[in-house]
Amino acid sequence: MAADLNLVEKSRVMDASAMNRALRRLATEIVEKNNGAENLYLVGIRRRGVPIAERLRDKIEALENIKPLFGILDITLYRDDLSTVGANPVVNRTELDDDVDGKKIILVDDVLYTGRTIRAALDQLMDFGRPKKVQLAVLIDRGVEHRELPIQADFIGKYIPTKQNEIIKVMLKEFDETEAVGIYHRPNE
Amino acid sequence: MNTEKPYRRRDLLGIRELAASDIIGILDTAENFREISNREVKKVPALRGKTVINLFFESSTRTRTSFELAAKRLSADAVNISVSSSSLSKGETLLDTAANLDAMAPDCIVVRHSSAGVPHRLAKVSRAAIVNAGDGANEHPTQALLDAMTIREHKGQIDGLSVAIIGDIVHSRVARSNIHLLTKLGATVRVAGPRTLVPKDFSFLIRDQELASGKRPLEVCDHVEDAIRDADVVMILRIQRERQDSAYFPSLREYSIHYGLTNERLDLARRDAIVLHPGPMNRGIEIASDVADSSRSLILDQVKYGVAVRMAVLYLATGGNFTSG
Repeated sequence: MAADLNLVEKSRVMDASAMNRALRRLATEIVEKNNGAENLYLVGIRRRGVPIAERLRDKIEALENIKPLFGILDITLYRDDLSTVGANPVVNRTELDDDVDGKKIILVDDVLYTGRTIRAALDQLMDFGRPKKVQLAVLIDRGVEHRELPIQADFIGKYIPTKQNEIIKVMLKEFDETEAVGIYHRPNE
Repeated sequence: MNTEKPYRRRDLLGIRELAASDIIGILDTAENFREISNREVKKVPALRGKTVINLFFESSTRTRTSFELAAKRLSADAVNISVSSSSLSKGETLLDTAANLDAMAPDCIVVRHSSAGVPHRLAKVSRAAIVNAGDGANEHPTQALLDAMTIREHKGQIDGLSVAIIGDIVHSRVARSNIHLLTKLGATVRVAGPRTLVPKDFSFLIRDQELASGKRPLEVCDHVEDAIRDADVVMILRIQRERQDSAYFPSLREYSIHYGLTNERLDLARRDAIVLHPGPMNRGIEIASDVADSSRSLILDQVKYGVAVRMAVLYLATGGNFTSG
C-alpha cells in the first residue's frame, strides 16, 4: 500500500513479545471456553488473519496435543462495497479443505473495526455448510463505538480505543519488516 | 445512441488484444474461482444485481451453458438469447439489436456470431462490457484461456513447452486464440493438418512475438508425426463434418487415417504429454476412442476449468481487477 509511506506513527502499542503473550493468552482462553481442542477449526481471514490463526493453531496444539483444523477465507467476493468501489479488488484463494459441518469455528482476524469484514466472512462460511458454532478471535479490538453491525469478538488480544482518523497497523513478519502493532495518523491530521 | 462508456467496463474481444501479463492475470484470477464450484452452495454474491446477456447467433450448448453457470455462480442475472428466437431472424440489423439490448442496461454481453469482428463492432456501440464467445474463424478467447489453465495445472507453466495443434487450422477460432496465447506465454507451437486446411502464411498471427524474441514460435509441419514428436501438449481440433462437402479432404475415413490421433502417434510425444480437445469430439475421426478415454486426455478437465475461467472473465469484465493499487 503506497499510501502507508505517508503515515506517521503516533504510538506503538505492542511489540513482538507483547504480541506473543497476547496470542498465548488467546489460545488458552479458546481452549478453556471450548473445553479442549476437540472439533476446533481455526479459520484465518486474508491477509493478516492468516498468520495470526496459524500461530493460535500452533499454540493450541502445544497446550492440548491436538492439532485443530485450519482454513483460509478470502472475503473479496462477499464484500458489501463491490458496487461502490472504483474497481473490484483482487480475488485470492479460499482454502477450506475440511468440512465445516458440525465444527466449532474460530474465525481469526487482526483488527475488529466496523464489523463488515466479519459479516462477509460469516456469510461465506455458511456457504460451505453448517458449523456447530462460530466464535471470533481478534488481536486488536478498536472499540464498539466504531461498529456498523451488531458483531462482537469472543476473544480479544488487546482492546485499543481509537479515533476514526487513526489507523491501526498490525505488522507481522510474514508481510512486514517488524512484528508490532502501532497507531498511525496521516501527517495533515 | 449514447456510446459513452462507463469507467469500469472491460471487454474481452480476443487474446490478440491482450498482453502476456493480462493473460497471466486472468488465469491467476480463474485459479481462485475454481474452489467455488466444489462448495456445498456453489454461489458467491460478487455480481449480485448485475445482468449478463448471452447473445448467441450460432448454436452452442457447451459454451453457452458454461457462461450461464459462471454468471449464475457469481449471482448475476443471466439471460440467454439465441438466434432462432431473436429479432435478427425477423430482419433486425445487428446494430439495432445491440441498441435495443443496451436500452435494457445489461452490464455484460457475451456474444457468439458466425462472422469475425461482430464482438468488436458491438464493443464500439454498446455501453456493456463485451465478451467474445467465438466470432467466425477469428477468435474464441475463453476456450484458449481454459486450455491454458488445463495446461498450467498439469505442466506448471506454459513458457518453454512444445504444443502440437492438429486439424482444421484455417477455419478454427480455437486454434487462432490458442496460437496467440501460447506464443505470447513463451510456448512453441507446431501445427499440422491437410494442406487445404492449414494457412500458408501465419505471419499475421505471430509477427510481434517473432520480432520480440528473434526465434520462430510457430512452425507448420507437413506430417502430423512431425508436429507431435516430443510435444508436451497435443491439441486436437474438431473436424467440422459440415465442411466435408467443400472437398477440403477426400473423406472422413481418409482424414482419420492420415491425421487422426491414435495411440501410436501419441507415442511420439513426450511420455507425460497431455491431450486436449475443445469438443464436441468425433470419436474415431480426429481422435481414436481409446486415446479420448485414456488418462492423458483432459477433455473433462477443460470443461471444468471453463466455468472458472468464465467466472473470472465476467468478474473482470464487470469491474474486477487482478493487480492491486
